Amino acid sequence: MPKLSLGPILYYWDRDTLFDFYEKIAATPVDIVYLGETVCSKRRLMRDQDWLEIANRLKNAGKQVVLSTLTLIEANSELSKLKSICKNEQYTVEANDMAAVNLLSGEHSFVTGPAINIYNSRTLKLLSKQGLKRWVFPVELSRDTLADMQNARPEGVETEVFIYGRLPLAFSARCFTARYHNLQKDDCQLRCIDDPDGLLMSTREDNPFLVINGIQTQSAKSCNLVTEIDDMKQLGVDILRISPQSKSTVDIINIFHACLHNKKSIQDAIDELESLSPTGTCNGYWHGGAGMESVEQHLKDELTEKL
Amino acid sequence: MTNSNNTMELVCPAGNLPSLKIAVNNGADAVYIGFKDDTNARHFAGLNFNDQRAQEGINYAHQRGSKIFIAINTYPQPSGWQRWQDAVDHAAQLGVDALILADIGIMDYATERWPDLRLHLSVQGSATSQESIEFYHKNFGIQRVVVPRVLSLKQIKTVAENSPVPIEVFGFGSLCVMVEGRCLLSSYVTGQSPNTFGACSPASAVQWKETDAGLETRLNNVLIDCHGKNESAGYPTLCKGRFNVKNNTYHALEEPTSLNTMALLPELQKAGVAAIKIEGRQRSPAYVEQVTKAWRAALDACHHDPDNYQPQVAWLEALEKVSEGSQTTLGAYYRPWQ
Repeated sequence: MPKLSLGPILYYWDRDTLFDFYEKIAATPVDIVYLGETVCSKRRLMRDQDWLEIANRLKNAGKQVVLSTLTLIEANSELSKLKSICKNEQYTVEANDMAAVNLLSGEHSFVTGPAINIYNSRTLKLLSKQGLKRWVFPVELSRDTLADMQNARPEGVETEVFIYGRLPLAFSARCFTARYHNLQKDDCQLRCIDDPDGLLMSTREDNPFLVINGIQTQSAKSCNLVTEIDDMKQLGVDILRISPQSKSTVDIINIFHACLHNKKSIQDAIDELESLSPTGTCNGYWHGGAGMESVEQHLKDELTEKL
Repeated sequence: MTNSNNTMELVCPAGNLPSLKIAVNNGADAVYIGFKDDTNARHFAGLNFNDQRAQEGINYAHQRGSKIFIAINTYPQPSGWQRWQDAVDHAAQLGVDALILADIGIMDYATERWPDLRLHLSVQGSATSQESIEFYHKNFGIQRVVVPRVLSLKQIKTVAENSPVPIEVFGFGSLCVMVEGRCLLSSYVTGQSPNTFGACSPASAVQWKETDAGLETRLNNVLIDCHGKNESAGYPTLCKGRFNVKNNTYHALEEPTSLNTMALLPELQKAGVAAIKIEGRQRSPAYVEQVTKAWRAALDACHHDPDNYQPQVAWLEALEKVSEGSQTTLGAYYRPWQ
């Protein structure tokens, strides 16, 4: 049976909100929680001590805790911070940049996040020799690629799939939130704290398109692979990742947990998740198409029959 | 790794044999090319080299003292793996001077099969720090790194100083606003990205439509921009369109513009940067000629007398004519851009 994980919070929330949020998460049936700032090193309301306090509370509640690290490493200060996280003896670390992989390889077993490009079995094998114990499948790849990679998966490596949430699509040196506010990044005033689910960017026809989250760009639609749970069990996927949002994360965890244990119909789950997603859902990447597309269950069944 | 007596190499793009010859004739120290498939990040119809053309190009360049690099810088998935492995073998057998690679699995293969072949880490490998470069150096003995267009000048200096291998930076051409190798925007909209397919905002997904409001440009039906009668419409690269954020309509990510770092040459030279790369394998032989000429002249002038170096108006004008949106920027090198 796959476990459920909660990915790192990708947005900038204040300290009290974070403590409250994780207090609630401790009471959910999620198995693994990823903690820490992965988008912008200027978001410093949480000190290392605060994160460790939350980590200890979650651990006492029976959760497995992983410390996530920054995705784009540019400044020396960011590198120093990364080094200190990678040195910790208490918790496993999620590497989101090859700098972290380099620091961890041969030292500690580690996890790679979705921004590490593991696109083929030879890459997976090489990293497993260096201590990789779990990898998050890159979000733009398809079910068929996952099936191929599962067939050649090295022993002792767990596979985690991003199953729900707005997709992390791109990273830049530029802060698009600061740009929206006509501020320079060096004087950004941390305005990203105003938008707990990022800034929605729509087309000129007002169709929700992308989300601006500081230097990160996300999909406006939330990826939702609840219909694929049985397939993932068949494929031997070990962990299903839910990405946090400001509202209803606990409900979303409960929906996935109920589906995993056959206590909720998939159709009910689809309807409930649609209503909890800020601007609709998508699943195109899983089916080998454009990420923004939604392949509906009945169309998929028809296709399967034809094959 | 710095070299105070630094001569920076000029690395120019070629999408076909005429461009390659023009680049060599106009002073490129090295020319980079790709094969005719999805193994490289400029996988466009009608572009690139088969084995025979590549061999002609390599011979032509070598006879004139220039080098040829072959970019195999996309990320193979298991179903396509053989194509990438074959590309590495072909390039090695052709006698190429270096391979430009991004994927860890492919680097592992190249190191094992062709241990003497020189490897460069592609910009698609997203290495932005000495620590990340160290991974590729330690594991695969890479000898040069092309760094993403996200670092400021100060950060370039730090990386160049601490990197175990020399670095190559982008000097001119279309500007990626996102970290290369980590941008999935194109596949989110079209199913094809630089990582998986070697193209961003692929032409097959582009639609142009004249409407009452103006000329609409779409990518797989998503409206990227609408150009009024007095505006010139550019190619709908999706990060350079106009979008609505709250009640503002603007270039939310970036404007159509090209990168141009010609003014920074003395500082890049002083930082110990090993090579300046010019973007644009998809551009015409005329572009390659203009750009190679201007940059050859600039690099020579800078090397000769860095303290009194100034880009000449004629060079800058030549570059502006071939720039996206006819405008240029210092991009991330200049901190306020960020």
